[in-house]
Amino acid sequence: MNPVPAVKTLVIDGTDVSASSDQTILDAAQENGISIPTLCHLDGLTEVGACRMCLVELKGSTKLQPACVTLVEEGMEVTTQTPRLQKYRRMVLELLFAERNHVCSVCVANNMCGLQDQAKSHGVTHVRFPYRSPALPVDVSHERFALDHNRCILCTRCVRVCNEIEGAHTWDLLGRGVNSLLISDLHEPWGESDTCTSCGKCVQVCPTGALFDKSKVGGKERKNPDFLSYLNDMREGLR
Amino acid sequence: MSKPTLATVWLDGCSGCHMSILDMDERLVELSEQFDLVYSPLVDCKEFPEQVDITLIEGSVSSDEDDRKIRAVRARTRILVSLGDCAVTGNVPAMRNSIPVPELLDWVYKGNGLLQEQVPADRLPSLLPRVRPIHEVVNVDVFVPGCPPSADTIFTVISELLAGRVPDVAALSRFGV
Amino acid sequence: MEKLMTLEELEQIANERRAAKEKSPRALNVCVAAGCLSLHSDAIKSALEKEVQRTGANCRVAGTGCLGLCSQGPLVSGEPDGCLLKNVAESDAAEIVARLDSAMPERLLCSREQPFFQRQTVIVLENSGRIDPEKIDEYIAADGYQALVHALTEMTPAQIVQEVSRSGLRGRGGAGYPTGLKWGTVAKTIGTTKYVICNADEGDPGAFMDRSVLESDPHRVLEGMIIAGYAVGASQGYIYVRAEYPLAIKRLQTAIREARRLGFLGSQICSAKFSFDVEIRIGGGAFVCGEETALIASIEGRRGTPRPRPPFPSQSGLWELPTLINNVESFANVPTILRRGSEWYASLGTKKSKGTKVFALCGKVRNVGLIEVPMGTPLRQIIFEIGGGVPEGHRFKAVQTGGPSGGCIPEQFLDLPVDYESLKEVGSIMGSGGMIVMDDSACMVNVARYFMEFCMSESCGKCIPCRAGTAQMFELLTRMTSGTATPHDLELLEDLCDMVSNTSLCGLGQSAPNPVLSTLRYFREEYTEHIVDKHCRAGVCECSKLAEVSA
Ligand SMILES: Cc1cc2nc3c(=O)[nH]c(=O)nc-3n(C[C@H](O)[C@H](O)[C@H](O)COP(=O)(O)O)c2cc1C
Ligand code: SF4
Ligand code: SF4
Ligand code: SF4
Ligand code: SF4
Ligand code: SF4
Ligand code: FES
Ligand code: FES
Repeated sequence: MNPVPAVKTLVIDGTDVSASSDQTILDAAQENGISIPTLCHLDGLTEVGACRMCLVELKGSTKLQPACVTLVEEGMEVTTQTPRLQKYRRMVLELLFAERNHVCSVCVANNMCGLQDQAKSHGVTHVRFPYRSPALPVDVSHERFALDHNRCILCTRCVRVCNEIEGAHTWDLLGRGVNSLLISDLHEPWGESDTCTSCGKCVQVCPTGALFDKSKVGGKERKNPDFLSYLNDMREGLR
Repeated sequence: MSKPTLATVWLDGCSGCHMSILDMDERLVELSEQFDLVYSPLVDCKEFPEQVDITLIEGSVSSDEDDRKIRAVRARTRILVSLGDCAVTGNVPAMRNSIPVPELLDWVYKGNGLLQEQVPADRLPSLLPRVRPIHEVVNVDVFVPGCPPSADTIFTVISELLAGRVPDVAALSRFGV
Repeated sequence: MEKLMTLEELEQIANERRAAKEKSPRALNVCVAAGCLSLHSDAIKSALEKEVQRTGANCRVAGTGCLGLCSQGPLVSGEPDGCLLKNVAESDAAEIVARLDSAMPERLLCSREQPFFQRQTVIVLENSGRIDPEKIDEYIAADGYQALVHALTEMTPAQIVQEVSRSGLRGRGGAGYPTGLKWGTVAKTIGTTKYVICNADEGDPGAFMDRSVLESDPHRVLEGMIIAGYAVGASQGYIYVRAEYPLAIKRLQTAIREARRLGFLGSQICSAKFSFDVEIRIGGGAFVCGEETALIASIEGRRGTPRPRPPFPSQSGLWELPTLINNVESFANVPTILRRGSEWYASLGTKKSKGTKVFALCGKVRNVGLIEVPMGTPLRQIIFEIGGGVPEGHRFKAVQTGGPSGGCIPEQFLDLPVDYESLKEVGSIMGSGGMIVMDDSACMVNVARYFMEFCMSESCGKCIPCRAGTAQMFELLTRMTSGTATPHDLELLEDLCDMVSNTSLCGLGQSAPNPVLSTLRYFREEYTEHIVDKHCRAGVCECSKLAEVSA
C-alpha cells in the first residue's frame, strides 16, 4: 500500500521526537518514554480506538484524537496531559465503574487490574455517577478458565487476540450499547465451544478480572500479555 | 481551646474498616491526644452529638435505619469522610443490588433447608431496594477507598484533616486490595 | 431490446410514453407510505382494486410513496390529470371508480392551490405521486436519464465533478459535506476498483424523506448514482436500504431491472467505455448503520460498528478501496443539476447552502407531511405558511430539527433561514430533514429524555463515552422527569454532555447530547422546575403528579 515510510518530526508534550510515517502518536510517545494511558490498545493487536483513554490534543484543532490510531504527521504538536484530557479520562473510568459491578475487594484481579490501576493513577477516589448494578452472569463452564461479565469493560482485546493471533474467533459481541455482551461462538457456554483451543491467550490479554484462570483465583499472579510482542516478532522474522 | 471532635459511624460494613483504625496500634494513642472521640462503636455513647468536626463512616446505606442515621450524622458533621469501599462504592453489600429485596430475603431465609423458614419481620430495619454509597444519599467531603484502607492511610487522612489540610487520598489508597 | 445511445432515442421513448399516456387508462396512485398506511391505506388500495375489477373500469391502481400532505391522508392521486383526493375511506372506493371520467366528489378533492403546495419548490420530489415509479418510460417521459446520457456522451468525469461542485450541493445525509469536493477526492484517489454507495439507511425516528424518494421516484436515485460512478471511476454501486422499507426495496429492484433492460446499467452504458451496476444491500435497521464506516462494515458482512476516521471512505472504504458514499437525497439532486445546470441550482438557496431540502414536517402543525423548500426558507414560513401553524388553542414553543442528533429551536429564532450554518449556530443541525413542531403541551426535559433514550438504545456500544455515557444521561434525565433529581444531577448531566460530545468515536455519540444541550440553552428554567420544585409546566412528567399527591 504505502510506499517506503518517511521520517516525520513532531512535538509531543514539548519534546521534539521523530517517527516513521506509519507510526501512531502512541508509538512515537512510547518510544520516547512519554506515557499515554490506554485500555483497549495492546501492542500486537489491531487498534479499535474504542476506550478513548488515549485521546490527545493537537495544536490547531479543537477535536481530540485517539493517539492509538492517529498517524504522526510532520510538524504535529501533541499535548497528552491537560486538565481537560485528565478530566475526560477520569470520567471514562468512572463510567466504567458505574456500568457493571466492580467489587474490587472480592475480584480475582484485585491489585493487578488495568482498570483499578488507571483509577489510582488518575485520582479516581469515588464514582459520581449512579451505579447501574446490572444482573450479569458468570460463565464457569470452561474446564480451565472463567468469564465474569460483571468485570468486563468490553475492550475487545480478547476478541482480537483470539481472532487475530490464535485464529479461533471464539469471542464476539452480542447486542449493542450498554447491553453489549461478550459471547463465545454462537452464544454458547464457553466450555461447549467448538472453536476454543484453550490456549489461554484471551485470559492473558484481558486487562480486568473478567477473564481468569480458575487455578489462579486469589493466586495473585499478574497477567502477562508480553507473549504477543514475541509472537509478532517471530512473524516479522519469518517474513 | 477545646480539641476537635471526632466520630466514627458503622453502617452496612463488616467492621473491617474499624479494625483498620485499631490497626494504627500505638500511633492511635499519639493521634487520640489531638481529638476527642465523641461517638463510635468503640466508645459507649448512645446519641450522636449535636456538632462533630470530623466523622468517619464505615459501610454503605442499606436499610431505612442507615438512611435515617446518615442524614442525621451529615447534618451534625463538619467534615464527613467515607471510609472504605463499602461507604465509597457500595462494595460487597451492594452485590445484592441486582436482586429484588423480597426475592433476596426468600433466598436467604427460605428454601435453604433451614429448620425455621421465616423472613425476619417487624422491628428490624427494612432493607432499601438498593444499597447506595454514602455520597448518593448525602454530601461527602473526603473519600477514602480501600477494603479496608490501610492503617497508614487512615493515620495520614486523620492527621491531615486535624492539621486543617485536605489529604491527597489518591496517592494513598485505591479501590479494593 | 437495443441499448440506448443518444438523446434522440431517449426523446423518442419519452414521446411514445407521453402519447401512450394520453390514451392510456386512468390510474389511481394510493399513498402507502407510513402516514397513510397507518390509516389503512392498504385496505383502500385493495378496495379500489376490487372495485375496478368488479366494474371492469379501465383504470390502474398502484401504491405510491408519500404524496406530501399526510395529515389529510389517506391521499390518492389520479392520473393523468394529477388530481389529489384526501381523507379517502374504503367506503369511497365505489364512488371514486364510478366517477373516474367525471368530476370527483367535492369532499374528497384536495386542492393543490393551497400554500402547503404553492410555497414549495420541488426538485427531488418533482415526480413524486405523478409518475408510475415502476415504469422507467414514465421517468424518461419526465426528462429522466437525459442527464446521464448527456453526461456520458458529452462530458468528461472531471467536468461532471466540476459541475456538481459549482452547484454548491452539500450532503443531505446530515453533515452537509460539499458533494462535489467528495466526488473530486474519490475521483482523484488512485485505484482501479472503486465503489459508489447510496446511503438509504434513514434511521432518524420520524424521518421518511429518503424512503419516499425511493418509493416514488427510484430512477432518480439510480441516475444520480450512475453519473457518480462515471464521475469518480467506479463500476459497482450499492444501495444500503433498511429492511423496514419493503416497498422501497421492491421499487428499487424493479428500477434496477428496468435500467439494465434499457442499458443504463451494465457494460458500455450508452456506448461509452463505462460499465456500472448496482446491487441492493438490506440492513437490519440499526440507526448506527447509517454512519458511513458502520454501513461499510455491514455491507462487508461484519458487525455494523463505526471505526475511527481517517482513513475516510474516499481513500479506504468498502473492502479498503476508494468509496464514494452519499445520501439518497444527495444523489437525487444530481440529475436535475446536470439537466438544468449548476448555475440554476446555485441560484436557489443561500450563500453557503444551495438548492432545496426535503423535510418531514410533523408534530403540532396543521399540515403534517413531506415538503421541499429552497434552502434559506425561514422557519416561520415553513411552520406557519406551509405547515399552517399550530392547531387552535395552543402556542408554538419550539421546533426540533435533526432528530436525535439535533436540537430544539425556540420562538425567538423563527425567522432564522433554514441552512446548515444558521441551524448550527443556534445549537441544532440540519440533519437528514426531520422537523418536529412542539407547542406548549411539550415538556422540554421529557423531549430531551426521549431522544436520549433513542441514542442509548441505538449506541453500538463500541466506545465507552457513548455506550455508558448515554445510559447515565438517560438515568439522570429520568430522575428529573420522575422528580427524584437533585441540583447535583444537573451538574453531572452537563459534565457528561461535554464529555460525551468531545470524546465519542462517531457522530452518534458526538451529537447525542445535542437535544439536552439545546433545551438547557433555551429552556433551562424547565429543568430547574423539575429538579427544585418537582414541577412540570406541561404536566406530562411524573414529578408533577408526585407533587400533586403530596400537596
Ligand atoms: C449515527 C449516524 C447515523 C447516520 N445515518 C445516516 C442515514 O441514515 N442516512 C444518511 O444518508 N447518512 C447518515 N449518516 C451520515 C453518514 O455517515 C454520511 O455522512 C452520509 O451518508 C454521507 O452522505 P452525504 O454526504 O450525501 O450526506 C449518519 C451518521 C451518523 C453518525
Ligand atoms: S476488574 Fe478491576 S476494577 Fe473491576 S472489580 Fe476487578 S479489580 Fe476492581
Ligand atoms: S482460550 Fe484461546 S482459543 Fe479459547 S477463547 Fe481464549 S484465546 Fe480463544
Ligand atoms: S473479557 Fe476482558 S478482554 Fe474481553 S472485552 Fe471484557 S474486559 Fe476486555
Ligand atoms: S470496606 Fe471492606 S473492610 Fe471496610 S467495611 Fe467494607 S468490607 Fe469491611
Ligand atoms: S459513539 Fe456510540 S455509536 Fe459511535 S462508535 Fe461510539 S458507541 Fe458506537
Ligand atoms: S487506547 Fe486508544 S482508544 Fe483505547
Ligand atoms: S404518508 Fe401518505 S401523504 Fe404522506
